[in-house]
Amino acid sequence: MKDFDDRKYVVTAIILVTSFIYLIRLFYVQVIDDSYKLSAKNQALRTLVHYPSRGLIYDRNKELLVFNEAAYDLMVTPKQTKGIDTTAFCEIVGITKEEYIAKMEKAKSYSSYKASVFEKQIPSDQFTSISEKLYLFSGFYGQKRTLRKYPKPIASHVLGYIGEVSLSRIKKNPYYKKSDYIGIRGLEKEYEKELRGKRGKKVLMVDVHSRVKGSYQNGAYDTMAVHGTNLYTSIDRDLQEYAEHLMKNKRGSVVAIEPSTGEILTLVTAPSYDPNFLVGRNRSDNYNSLVANDSLNPLFNRAIDAQYRPGSIFKLVQSLVGLEQGVITTETRIKCNRGIINCHGNHSNDKLVEAIQHSCNPYFYQVYKRLIQPGKYSNIFKDSEAGLNEWHRMVSKFGFGQKLESDIPGISGGLLPDVAFYNRWYGEHRWAFSTIYSNSIGEGEMGVVPIQMANLAATLANKGFYYTPHLVKGIGEDFSIREVFTTKHETEITPKYFDPVIEAMSAVVNLPGGTARQARLDSIEVCGKTGTVQNPDRPDHSVFICFAPRDNPKIAIAVYVEYSDYGGLWSAPISSLLIEKYLTGKINDTEKEKRMLEAKFLTIYEK
Amino acid sequence: MRSKRNIFQNIDWFTIVLYGILVLIGWLNIYAANYNEDEVWFSFSKNYGKQLIWIVASLALIWMILMLEARLFSTFAYSIYALGIAMLIGVLIFGMEIKGAKSWFVFGGISFQPSEFAKFGTALAITKYLTNLKKNAGQFKVRFQAIFILLLPAALIMLQPDTGSVLVYAAFVFVLYREGLSGKILLFGLGLALFFILALLLKQTSIDVPFGLVMQGKLILIATVITICGFIYWFFNSRKRKLLVPLTIAVVMISSYVLSVDYVFDNVMSPHQQDRINELLGITFDPSGAGYNVNQSKIAIGSGGFFGKGFLQGTQTKYNFVPEQSTDFIFCTVGEEWGFIGSFVVIVAFVTLFIRLIFLAERQRSSFTRIYFYTVVSILFFHFAINIGMTIGLAPVIGIPLPFFSYGGSSLWSFTVLLFVALRLDGERMHIL
Ligand SMILES: [Zn+2]
Repeated sequence: MKDFDDRKYVVTAIILVTSFIYLIRLFYVQVIDDSYKLSAKNQALRTLVHYPSRGLIYDRNKELLVFNEAAYDLMVTPKQTKGIDTTAFCEIVGITKEEYIAKMEKAKSYSSYKASVFEKQIPSDQFTSISEKLYLFSGFYGQKRTLRKYPKPIASHVLGYIGEVSLSRIKKNPYYKKSDYIGIRGLEKEYEKELRGKRGKKVLMVDVHSRVKGSYQNGAYDTMAVHGTNLYTSIDRDLQEYAEHLMKNKRGSVVAIEPSTGEILTLVTAPSYDPNFLVGRNRSDNYNSLVANDSLNPLFNRAIDAQYRPGSIFKLVQSLVGLEQGVITTETRIKCNRGIINCHGNHSNDKLVEAIQHSCNPYFYQVYKRLIQPGKYSNIFKDSEAGLNEWHRMVSKFGFGQKLESDIPGISGGLLPDVAFYNRWYGEHRWAFSTIYSNSIGEGEMGVVPIQMANLAATLANKGFYYTPHLVKGIGEDFSIREVFTTKHETEITPKYFDPVIEAMSAVVNLPGGTARQARLDSIEVCGKTGTVQNPDRPDHSVFICFAPRDNPKIAIAVYVEYSDYGGLWSAPISSLLIEKYLTGKINDTEKEKRMLEAKFLTIYEK
Repeated sequence: MRSKRNIFQNIDWFTIVLYGILVLIGWLNIYAANYNEDEVWFSFSKNYGKQLIWIVASLALIWMILMLEARLFSTFAYSIYALGIAMLIGVLIFGMEIKGAKSWFVFGGISFQPSEFAKFGTALAITKYLTNLKKNAGQFKVRFQAIFILLLPAALIMLQPDTGSVLVYAAFVFVLYREGLSGKILLFGLGLALFFILALLLKQTSIDVPFGLVMQGKLILIATVITICGFIYWFFNSRKRKLLVPLTIAVVMISSYVLSVDYVFDNVMSPHQQDRINELLGITFDPSGAGYNVNQSKIAIGSGGFFGKGFLQGTQTKYNFVPEQSTDFIFCTVGEEWGFIGSFVVIVAFVTLFIRLIFLAERQRSSFTRIYFYTVVSILFFHFAINIGMTIGLAPVIGIPLPFFSYGGSSLWSFTVLLFVALRLDGERMHIL
């Protein structure tokens, strides 16, 4: 194998050439190029993060709901703090020596050589006096952050809050770095990508005493922070504030929508909390105190997440489906036969408008029976299956039994039972109308959340269509909006069938003896329907949905007041006050207002 | 018996002195990297203390190797290889997971890295295999079997996973080359690397072409290759016919290679790997992210200047700006404290060792000894080139130790065994094994 002997020269040459290249490179790095020496002389590069200020949030009239305020994180690099005057330092920062030691230990446990947060979110006025003397204390520097501030302590559930990003989130999404803020609930979470902006950075050279010696390579690697995008919400700040005021000392929710657009004007959950409460240095303590206060559960967003049986209000939907399917006409009279299902009031043989007005249970029992068992099949089980399928399809067009594709994180879909549901429950062909008749009057297995009921009010106002209720009507200065919010959702109900239903809703409010007389306004024709969710051994939930004015409606509302009384007594007057406030800007019936404000329904009921 | 008595006369003392110098300089730098003025000047619990124990232990190892019969290494080459493979399988089952890789056996307080032992076993096995060949390593079947001997341990180490140790197996290409592997394969590999780098460098580039179109970097590269081939075709006018087919094949192969590099980079590699490659090629610069290690390492080395800051005077390494300063980045301490002079001495010492080993290899009558010497040179050189190249930004950040320098018992012993088995075999050069 002597043939390959020459190759020893090739191998030797490779070794020599590589080493020669390395020596040239080393000569360049160590002798010729000064920038490395300069960097080292200045001890290290420090990357100063420029945190972008988060996008602002406005209401529908461009009034501010959320803005930013500067605050400073005091950063420390433990290894560089050698020999500082700790006593003087503690005095300036306003901490005790024990706190100093604890904070320093914490920073050291992260790293002795890398900077970490020593004291979080120092308000800027306080930081100004600290920063004047900070040069005396090597190893410390200030890092500018922004805090969320709220001009009015309202809409906390709508806005949500931000907090430091969790480690598990950082692992999932490499965009985030330790101590970044991220939206955790509400709009802050939903529009995180738009609101957060873009981090900038400045690479600085600092010496061993942490003194800045200038920017690295003349700022070649610096980037500017990009301000987050502003959000223009559909919330009406004054109406929101007024609604929260009315809901003080009550449990429940208010959702108001502009029917023609689906824009949410007001979304209230009560009891709530001051959004300023979850900002700043005491955020986690305050959060824990809200959680601990669990008997009233102020963090629970009832308006979108609390499920109730729809109750009598559901009779409006039954009427429309009945008319569309042709199982009744406006003239159909049904005897108020109180044998199977009871009723109240003085009536015996109502036609549709009267039946809605009187909330006649036997009437809708019959309507539902005709829908579920239309007699297509002689076998009642098969018949009910086909009937329920058809009914389920039509009712779900109203947005029931599904999560509305809104921009509110955590929204629930409620429950609209279908064939599969009852088959699981009872077994296939083991149930018929007689098993599920409670649905006819909105009891039984159905579940709805308040925003779905407000959406129903909007659909009624529009006579058959809705736009998904949403909070943001404009992202950024070009006012873009998610496409789903401009998609018209049509029900399958012919518009003319809404007339008798609306007629009845007007009667409920405006005719003597109507269940919602308390919602009547002199100047505006309000159309509504009361509902009562019964609770065994406890007061009922008072429910009311309505829209106004009758012609060309501007507002549709659903109000829930838990554990109060029947629908007409509390929810109806609160709704009318909101309508009056929104449409006229003032309240005439101050007596009514006073009564609502004074009402308290916060008794705790043990489970 | 005569050979044993004569071993100290026949052994190559020049190499042993070089070995001693490298180990000593290495230890001094580990001491400097871990020295802290606030603490006692010596402690066995610090890295330098432990390293001293391992250096003493390797003296015992050396003694043992020199006392063994030289022919044992040839006789048991495959057995040692098999034992290495068994340990690699064992470590996957019983090994301890450290930093996400199952690469260590831990008995009591002692840990041991079987991939280091397997390296030695593979060196012996490939040596024995090539020795027994009647043909040269250029033949297809031979190439295939030789590659199997290398790939088996490499694949097992990949499962741990320990990418750095796997790449070391690429070093054996030099041995195969010396024993007859076609040089074209080396050139082909070089070409692949070149176009890989070009494809990635041009990734961020694009030029505007007429009609409002934008030409991406990969297309620019392909267009350039076509133009050059077209130019060759036109220039060698007289031989047009002969050139047409190979040129077309070249264009098609290069183009599809460039496109697949682009695809693999975007879709197969993890963001972490992409970052490292981008940093190395200078496409991105992020001194606080993926480029942190290399940037800090260059600052440390660069700050040493011509004469260095002096022993124990390095601030960059002492203040922990350089990560892994005792193991993978030990060369930073050399550069910072001893300056260009120190770097020069260390590199020259290594090169002298390599050339001495090649000289020793070529004076052998036994092909087993010659080939084994080449495996040792290849492994040592690969570690040297990658490790130092990494600290000055000329090679990717692959965590493999600098021979005789880096802190760590397993690697010190493994390099010691590799080298001294070679010297033991050399001591027998007067006899035919
Ligand atoms: Zn009745």
